[in-house]
Amino acid sequence: MNGEGSLASGASGAGGLHAERSDIKVRFNNVSMHYGDVEVVRDVSFDIAEGEFVSLVGPSGCGKTTMMNMLAGFVRPTSGDVLLEGVPVSGPGPDRGVMFQEYGVFPWLTVEKNIRFGLDLAIKRHVSRTERQAITEKYMRLMRLGDFRDAWPKNLSGGMRQRLALARAYAANPHFLLMDEPFGALDAQTRSDMHELLHQILQAERKTALLITHSVEEAIYLSSRVLVISARPSRIVERIDIPFGFPRDKSLLDSGEFIALRSHLREQVMKQYAEQQALR
Amino acid sequence: MERLTEFGWRLLPFLTVIVVWYLVRWSGLVDQGLLPPPHLVFLDIWQRSTDGTFLIDIWMSVRRVLLGLLFGMLLAVPVGFLIGWDRRIRRFIDPLINFFRALPPIALIPLAIVYLGIGEVAKVAILFYAAFFAGVIVMYEGMSQTNPLFIRVARTLGATDWEVFSKVIVPLTLPHVLTATRVALGVAWATLVASELVAAQNGIGAVIQNASAFFNLTTIYAGIIAIGFFALMMDTILRWASRRFLDWQEREAQ
Ligand SMILES: Nc1ncnc2c1ncn2[C@@H]1O[C@H](COP(=O)(O)OP(=O)(O)OP(=O)(O)O)[C@@H](O)[C@H]1O
Ligand SMILES: [Mg+2]
Repeated sequence: MNGEGSLASGASGAGGLHAERSDIKVRFNNVSMHYGDVEVVRDVSFDIAEGEFVSLVGPSGCGKTTMMNMLAGFVRPTSGDVLLEGVPVSGPGPDRGVMFQEYGVFPWLTVEKNIRFGLDLAIKRHVSRTERQAITEKYMRLMRLGDFRDAWPKNLSGGMRQRLALARAYAANPHFLLMDEPFGALDAQTRSDMHELLHQILQAERKTALLITHSVEEAIYLSSRVLVISARPSRIVERIDIPFGFPRDKSLLDSGEFIALRSHLREQVMKQYAEQQALR
Repeated sequence: MERLTEFGWRLLPFLTVIVVWYLVRWSGLVDQGLLPPPHLVFLDIWQRSTDGTFLIDIWMSVRRVLLGLLFGMLLAVPVGFLIGWDRRIRRFIDPLINFFRALPPIALIPLAIVYLGIGEVAKVAILFYAAFFAGVIVMYEGMSQTNPLFIRVARTLGATDWEVFSKVIVPLTLPHVLTATRVALGVAWATLVASELVAAQNGIGAVIQNASAFFNLTTIYAGIIAIGFFALMMDTILRWASRRFLDWQEREAQ
């Protein structure tokens, strides 16, 4: 438990940039998770307030996806509670859009129909047909998939599939966005464009987001708060409130404060990566 | 032109077999009386077809195969689906399926005659049996490999149970249905001759059996080629359907 260093408590007290504690949307309450004999998550507690953007960074295989799956409603914690607006999560729902690490693009649907999948479901019956088409077109264009609207996913590159999965998740317009390494397969330029786009979407609609990433820079740039996850079993070793307001732009990446924060965070993450390595 | 070349390539293996057939006959490796030459076999097919009886035999056989296949798949799809889906149902049904599948359909002919008589029903029932067990295995092995990720995705987008079924599970099941149909069709053709052992009045199987009673090898070969031809035609149609409707698949269903 020494891992929960002084910086952690200090930082969360200072920031104050995230929304008020009264509008807590998600609460992980002493959550632990075992798969058989393997302990994957150990006694994790944190809150996500309305409009917050929280990132999880930590070594591969430490249990980040597992934590997201508990919030998405695919697995239940072995002990503790994951509360969504005060109520334990009982299953998946359209309020929590998930962009999966493995994309989950439907191979039997064309690019266009993949994006429109969520919009064509019964829950979106109140949205007019023209509006649904407009939303589909919008995300197809933003994700630069317009030239491939009738292509099968098998003919897309990895980065294109990833953008398709993002388009589909965004188009369904969920209140929560849960994203598991959503930009991993993209080149630096596209990735940066996707960051701007995500900023815009979140700003416009004040969504709440949970992001899993291996990029410390990405985590800082996008988030209001970053949680550093330990080697397995997952614990939170550091909570850092990001002291930059929104909207942000790329010039932030070159600021001294950003660079200092980045190297501090990188060091923390490296330590955990080393421990996870030793674990194997 | 390209189509013609393609057609030529399809035909080439069969032409090769015919050439080898002639060569074996001429080489003297096999007693000439035991291996009729191909042209006599085709002449036999032609003569039997023009006098009409062979066409009736073919039609009877094709009809039995199609009926057996239809009823077999009508049952195999839902059953294969259920046991592929639910582990408890699979635990219960799996041993039974493996037991009945191990039984050669020909062993059931006496039972079929006792319970179903010697008419069409008994013959179709045997083909149904063969088609069902072949189809159900393919169905449920395919289904049990279904990636649960797609269902999760649909759920997070707000799909109801019915929508998960109709918009995710059905499209994921379709390739397995087609593969199972192809396998079941092959098995049904393979079982045809046995099924027509039940009071063989007509059908290609009956033609072969009657010919064998008279040691008429030419007609036996004619019957065998007819079965192979129609089995291949039907399989080609199913393959075309897979290509046409399952274009999205990573690996083309062969
Ligand atoms: N369904 C499961 N059954 C058994 N073990 C599992 C299951 N899901 C995950 N695990 C194990 O839990 C651990 C954490 O997995 P998880 O996918 O959460 O890691 P992660 O932090 O997302 O890793 P990565 O960064 O590589 O995606 C791994 O050791 C994995 O093997
Ligand atoms: Mg993961």
